[in-house]
Amino acid sequence: MSVSARRRFRMLVAVAIAMAALSSAVTSRYVLSTLIFIALNAMAALGLSLVMGFAGQVSLGQAAFYAVGAYVSGVLTASFGWNGWAALVLAVGAGALLALAIGLPIFRLSGLLLAMATLGFGIIVYYVLVNWSGITGGPSGLTGIPPLALGRFRFDTDQRMLWLAWSLLLLLLGLAGNLVDSRVGRALRAVHGSEVAAEAAGIDTLRLKLGVFTAAGATTALAGSLYAHYLTFINPSPFGFAYSVELVVMVVLGGVASIWGTVLGAAAVVLFVEALRTGLPLLTASHGAPEYEIVAFGLILMGFVVFLPGGLASLRKTP
Amino acid sequence: MTLLEQLAQYLASGLVVGGIYALIGLGFVIVFSVTRIINFAQGEFVMPGALLMVTLGDRRLATPIAFLLAVGVVAGVGALLERAIHPVRGAPPLAILILTIGASIAIRGGALILWGTDPFALAPFSPGPPVWLGGAMIVRQGLWLLGIAALAFALLWVFFTRTYAGTAVRACAINPRGARLMGIRVDRASLLAWTLSGALGATAGAVIAPITYATYDMGLMLGLKGFVAAVLGGLVSPLGAIAGGFLLGVLESLAAGLVSSAYKDAVAFVVLIVLCLVQVAGWIPWRVAEEA
Amino acid sequence: MRLITALVLSLSTLVWAIPSATAQEPYRIGAIFSITGPGSSLGIPERDTALMLEAELNARGGIKGPDGKLHPLKMVIYDDASDETKAVLAAKRLIDEDRVTAIVGTTLSGTSLAILDTVQKAEVPLVSVAAAIKIVEPAAERKWVFKTPQSDYLIVGVLVDSLKARGYLKVGWLNVDYAFGQLGWIEFEKAAHKAGLTIVANEKFGQKDVDMTPQLTRVKAANPQAVVVWSIPPSASIATKNYGDLGIKAPLFQSHGVGNKRYIELAGPAANGVIFPVGKLLVAEQLPDNDVQRPVLLAYARDFEARYGPRNTFGGHAWDAVRLVVKAMEKAGPDRAKVRGAIESTRNFVGITGVFDFSPTDHNGLDRRAVTLVQIVDGQWKLAK
Repeated sequence: MSVSARRRFRMLVAVAIAMAALSSAVTSRYVLSTLIFIALNAMAALGLSLVMGFAGQVSLGQAAFYAVGAYVSGVLTASFGWNGWAALVLAVGAGALLALAIGLPIFRLSGLLLAMATLGFGIIVYYVLVNWSGITGGPSGLTGIPPLALGRFRFDTDQRMLWLAWSLLLLLLGLAGNLVDSRVGRALRAVHGSEVAAEAAGIDTLRLKLGVFTAAGATTALAGSLYAHYLTFINPSPFGFAYSVELVVMVVLGGVASIWGTVLGAAAVVLFVEALRTGLPLLTASHGAPEYEIVAFGLILMGFVVFLPGGLASLRKTP
Repeated sequence: MTLLEQLAQYLASGLVVGGIYALIGLGFVIVFSVTRIINFAQGEFVMPGALLMVTLGDRRLATPIAFLLAVGVVAGVGALLERAIHPVRGAPPLAILILTIGASIAIRGGALILWGTDPFALAPFSPGPPVWLGGAMIVRQGLWLLGIAALAFALLWVFFTRTYAGTAVRACAINPRGARLMGIRVDRASLLAWTLSGALGATAGAVIAPITYATYDMGLMLGLKGFVAAVLGGLVSPLGAIAGGFLLGVLESLAAGLVSSAYKDAVAFVVLIVLCLVQVAGWIPWRVAEEA
Repeated sequence: MRLITALVLSLSTLVWAIPSATAQEPYRIGAIFSITGPGSSLGIPERDTALMLEAELNARGGIKGPDGKLHPLKMVIYDDASDETKAVLAAKRLIDEDRVTAIVGTTLSGTSLAILDTVQKAEVPLVSVAAAIKIVEPAAERKWVFKTPQSDYLIVGVLVDSLKARGYLKVGWLNVDYAFGQLGWIEFEKAAHKAGLTIVANEKFGQKDVDMTPQLTRVKAANPQAVVVWSIPPSASIATKNYGDLGIKAPLFQSHGVGNKRYIELAGPAANGVIFPVGKLLVAEQLPDNDVQRPVLLAYARDFEARYGPRNTFGGHAWDAVRLVVKAMEKAGPDRAKVRGAIESTRNFVGITGVFDFSPTDHNGLDRRAVTLVQIVDGQWKLAK
């Protein structure tokens, strides 16, 4: 194994051990739940990070894939009694297929237009979720989604979900890391460096970028599927444009194209929101923490683009 | 109601809403054509225009004074934003897009703190029942909107074609390097473009507040639809954006009236995607601009 | 390693001080309201009411538990920002960190449904202030969950009866495409069909829409005898203005979502004549003297208006929820399971929303008497027939 691959493997193992320890030592469902949401968000943002870092594109509609994953899993298991894992596989496939279907026509566009097209796509998916109420349950959503299970072992407690979510996340991080180190990864980095030069070297940049986008659709859909099984209830409202922006914030915070940076970014966003909410006292006027949170988000986003474009990950000393 | 009367009503309603989109779309075009930046915060220029109009107008100051103040303040915000982006204007366009997304969030949050979540009503500029034309009704404020929009377009046309400053801005839009060679200060043009776009957004907000109420989060949807209007005009043509705005408003109205009200809001985004696909297939010869 | 250290350090900020044991252990009740986000116009009066009740009770020394001692009341209130994820985290925090006995909330149906699993698994009683009937049904699967707002089928039932009594058999309908509107439509379609009404038009609009004239034009063209709009302000107000502007002659009915002064302020004179079904709070002064709810309603309205502003039925739902938990704790102390049992066996509780009779099969406890018909006359609420 190369040096960076060995380091990465050690990191993965270390985090896995930490999470296993936490899941048995910590009894507070609140802390466990926070960690679960960090993992889900990191999974959703991971694909976006690759798209932004390597394909050099911004997807402003990534929440749509999260929704697709959640709804395919939710509907198949709650309304049609499918096995949870089969539905999950189908959900991931649906995410990938949808990304491919959207990507094929729009990836030839220039960056800004592509971003706006993904925005339009994301919002349309949201409206379909709201209006196709026969299948999706409409705005009032879908209850009674069963938890995932292995035989009689059900993933229905925070401890077990923590285990599942982080195992899958670490697996994905490992895969992503290997990808970055492989031939494909080198080609991706070439594209990131200079698309023209990469084309000149014989790399099919369009196919590569499309591949990254498809993989991103799949990983975000996986996160969505887990979300559905964790909450056992889904409705359209978490899957709107605001969540797409939140994912972009996570990626920018963590650093585009940095695998671990995405986890940092997701953790930072989730913890920041929680810390604000519980740290600032609730005032009796209609001002509360979430309003300051919104301004802070915006300023952070602006600040990072201007002052720290590499995100938090760039603070680490380069290997 | 006969079908003709219905159609007339859809048209009338669509034109009023379209006027809003046209004003916002124009703001996008002015900034993009000079700086090649998509200003995601354009919608968030509309919102403070409306809220300031409510705070300043409505029995506190006379309507025209409140209007000019509101527009002036937001024009200043636009200029401030330009200065904030100035140090990183060489960054990749996507990074700047994210920057403007951050700005839009910050502005919305600021409005939330200042005005809270409540919607605010505003009296129309002139009282009176709606006007009836051929079976269709238009509220008086709608006429104000169309009138002020027309005035704004006329003023801008005069500015861009008859004044030195305006022609200089146009030169930058057509060819920044050439303009610089001719001695035109490109960053002055950029500042002017952003200021104008702030003023346009605020104008839209101030005039529609009596129709739509002023809320801290009204800017997002309006901004997105105004963007679609701008894209309909190729992102670089002011006339195209204006036409695009009215076209979008009428399309939405017809879709809701003739097809189904459920997907009315989705119309704009379907149009957006169709336009992007058309650009890919190269069917329509007008240029949807690339970055410089 | 730095990553893990960073994560662990930042996570430690989550673990706040464990509540200290005092001489008289405070009784802790948790609350989750939507203070920001689309639900804020409902959540803010709910929060204000909860704070008001906390202050009132503590001014008398607190809650008198089954041990005969007075326990100060500590309400721990969180904002879920109308967001499902935040609601889940808030619920878990209340259960495991703040160690509350019971939770009041959430404001919106979506967020309530999102935390059902959490409270049921943790076996913590929840008294929701959201409307969807799915929150408490099927009763067999909602052992720990109660709610105080009237269910939609009760409200719609009163509306349909009044439409029929007035002879309006051809009705047009519009709803907002939010959960509130959708649920109203589902009930209305059923009830109208049973009562023999014909729905001649059925349109939708978005919560953030700025103009509903296309949809209303379609409704106008269908020539209804009456029109029902199911939404909350501001979209309900814009629709009302458009309605007047279009000169539609048929009388306009609205939902209980417009039971606040805001609706009238925003819609202006177009709101006059509008009839809507709602709880009795808005017309408390006009109720007959022998109405059992009258004194309770008048007291709450007076207290709330002195402190916070115009009265609001949503604040009333929160009042009922908090008082239910308080009463249960007076009987059962801070034990979660015992409080659940006490709430479930509450009978004849005279609240703001109505008179509650809970049972193992009915965790909402209300009937038609909790709904009355109100008409807006000259910008004021008047009891209608």
